[in-house]
Amino acid sequence: MALSFMEGNEALARGAIAAGCNFFAGYPITPATTIFNSMLNMLPPKGGICIQGEDEIASMGYCIGASMAGKKVLTATSGPGISLYSEQLSFAIGSEIPLVIADVQRLGPSTGSATRGADSDIQFLRWGSTSGVPVIVLAPKDALDCYVLAVHAFNYAEEFRCPVFIASNKEIGMTRESFDLDSVTLPPIVERNLFSGDSYLPFEAEPDAAPPFLPIGGKTLVRQTSSTHGPDGYITIDPEVIAENQARLREKIHSARKRITLFEEDIKENSDTLIISYGVTARAVEDAGKTLESKGKPVSTLTLKTLWPVPEELLIEKAKPFKRILVIEMNLGQYVNEIKRVLCDKKVTFYGQMNGVLITPAKIMEVIENE
Amino acid sequence: MNSYLNKTRPPVYCPGCTHEKITKGLDKAILKLNLPADKTVIVTDIGCSGLFDTFFNVHALHGIHGRALTYASGLKLANPELNVIVTMGDGGLGIGGAHVLASCRKNLDLTLIILNNFNFGMTGGQYSATTPTDAMVGSGFLNHAEIPLDICAIAQSAGATYIDRCSGHDESLPGKIAAAIEHKGFSIIETLGMCTGRYTKKNQLTPKLLDQMITDLPARDGIIEKNQRPEYGERYRALAKEKNTFPEAVTIEKQIDLKDYQQQEVVILGSAGMRIVTAGDIVCYAGLCAGMNVSMKNDYNITVLRGQSVSEILISPEKIGYPGIESPSVVLALSDEGVQRRKKIFATLKPDTFVLKERTVTIPETNANVVEIDFRKFKIKKQDWALASLGVMAKKEKAINKKMLKYALKSRFTEKVYLIAMETIEKMT
Repeated sequence: MALSFMEGNEALARGAIAAGCNFFAGYPITPATTIFNSMLNMLPPKGGICIQGEDEIASMGYCIGASMAGKKVLTATSGPGISLYSEQLSFAIGSEIPLVIADVQRLGPSTGSATRGADSDIQFLRWGSTSGVPVIVLAPKDALDCYVLAVHAFNYAEEFRCPVFIASNKEIGMTRESFDLDSVTLPPIVERNLFSGDSYLPFEAEPDAAPPFLPIGGKTLVRQTSSTHGPDGYITIDPEVIAENQARLREKIHSARKRITLFEEDIKENSDTLIISYGVTARAVEDAGKTLESKGKPVSTLTLKTLWPVPEELLIEKAKPFKRILVIEMNLGQYVNEIKRVLCDKKVTFYGQMNGVLITPAKIMEVIENE
Repeated sequence: MNSYLNKTRPPVYCPGCTHEKITKGLDKAILKLNLPADKTVIVTDIGCSGLFDTFFNVHALHGIHGRALTYASGLKLANPELNVIVTMGDGGLGIGGAHVLASCRKNLDLTLIILNNFNFGMTGGQYSATTPTDAMVGSGFLNHAEIPLDICAIAQSAGATYIDRCSGHDESLPGKIAAAIEHKGFSIIETLGMCTGRYTKKNQLTPKLLDQMITDLPARDGIIEKNQRPEYGERYRALAKEKNTFPEAVTIEKQIDLKDYQQQEVVILGSAGMRIVTAGDIVCYAGLCAGMNVSMKNDYNITVLRGQSVSEILISPEKIGYPGIESPSVVLALSDEGVQRRKKIFATLKPDTFVLKERTVTIPETNANVVEIDFRKFKIKKQDWALASLGVMAKKEKAINKKMLKYALKSRFTEKVYLIAMETIEKMT
């Protein structure tokens, strides 16, 4: 056996390449820069394009343009860059432009700490755009996840024609670790659904799906617009047309919720506590679970890899047998409120930490045992 | 074909607005060049100039204020066959100034038509980056305290290869636009126009006065000789073509069988410039050579060549969960600033923890087994102390052994560097 050794950021870039990514534009920012570095090394030999934008806004604009020309695009940044991406993200969300965005989170708010990790942006990624249209956010816990989730992210972006975020963290992105790259089974690659009929309307779609795609620059003329549009891509003020489109933008993600729920679980019989976590924190939770089991005090764990849309059915199903639900986050409580909302009949407690260092397994055991 | 204009969506401008002239001028220019509609895209942003994409039967992308050039660049890079035409008002010019500068510097083959009518028409005639200081606009007195910018002068200093300027009422406009589109590289054509809905209500402006403004401004006539250079896309593709080796993942074959290996936690405390991260890497490679799982977290400031550099490594026969250090088995204390960064761990170290302390480094009180080394006595330079420490670890069989270290160095370095590294290692073993 031979193990590969790389940081999470490189694994994410390799996943993107495996997914068929052929365009990257980004702007350097710690701790996401090594995704840009990796793509700069990997894309040209594959015939792909890698660009450093003049700023984050431009980088997203390049990605939007390239995606509309038919490319599979990736960008990478951290919290301050997501702030700058925001206006372009709203465009991509509302106008159904496939993009994958790696957010290697660092401690915020604002400039925060460039080299300190935290899951700072979990709500920001969901709500950091105008209109409240749902987005998809995946959360890796290690380098292997970065690799695999990058492929899922591209598949979802292509299918749903929407931006998909990978909510990584400095503690994953810049941690180098070993994993068996050759034994990984990647999901089959999903390509954009190309229009094949006669008269193309760029936003004509089934009520719960993204519209079929044709690229700008192809034989059929294509219109793309950031403004409120009807199926023909021209501005509309018709309330019915507007309402239908708004409902579809929501429905295309919501109706697929179960299918795009990714998670890991370790359910122990005879345990009354379920610990829910995500990201790098899940690793400490899983270690704490192992130690407690060896002490004869088993707990069960659920590691969420799809954070948005909230996997409501999964949460309800998995939480059912447990008396106590404990949520652990590397922030002061962002996702716990979603879990409380879904599991409103359960006792949900929380531990969070936002100080630039990892939550240790020892701390998690202390929280479990002292409650 | 005698027009690219969309008959079902005719221009909807205020009577007398120059934008209508420019719409027709652009149509004539595209006709003159006989551009294939399916290989042509009009990219626009917000404001009255942002309506242009709806008037033409070509591909269209209408986006956010000031960002049109960013979409245009993405489209052109992705599909070099496209004729990419961008329209932008003086509003978008102000908001997206960084993108105009970048486009001038890059010289990607795009055509930017700036529709300068000296104010924000749609929102009520507020002042823009090009509003004359003494004009009466919707921003009260604010523009009286500023000066307008000359985008052509700025573009020239930013490296634009083609700059033209004319009145939107100029009969030569179609020809000028066609010439700008034909230029291989980034071309800017600034048109001056009348916003009859807002600006000309309080400011006198006529086609004749626009001509006078053009005469008074420095003459612009297309090609900027001193800025001529290859088009960005071609240059990019030529440079990218040379990068033809795909970097495969670092993969280390298991070469050594270790019996009864327990999880090891190694902490290297040093400073920038001491090759701490490289030493951490080598420890990981040593673990990988023995088929172990490894992880490495580094802690250094974003400033380079100054401050602490700390590497934390786990080597384990099991899959690694929590990637932090909980109970170190080896601590290499190689600089005071590195030790300061992790000073709290020393009190927690167990008696069997191996601490290697460089002679001049001060460490807090600890129960660990501390060995002091004077690397200077071995004639080892500071940048090699971390590497030399690995030699000590291997000799004492702490976390790694000599065989692992040798394989690691061989995997990590070229033959030449390997031999030099081994010289340092051998001094210690």
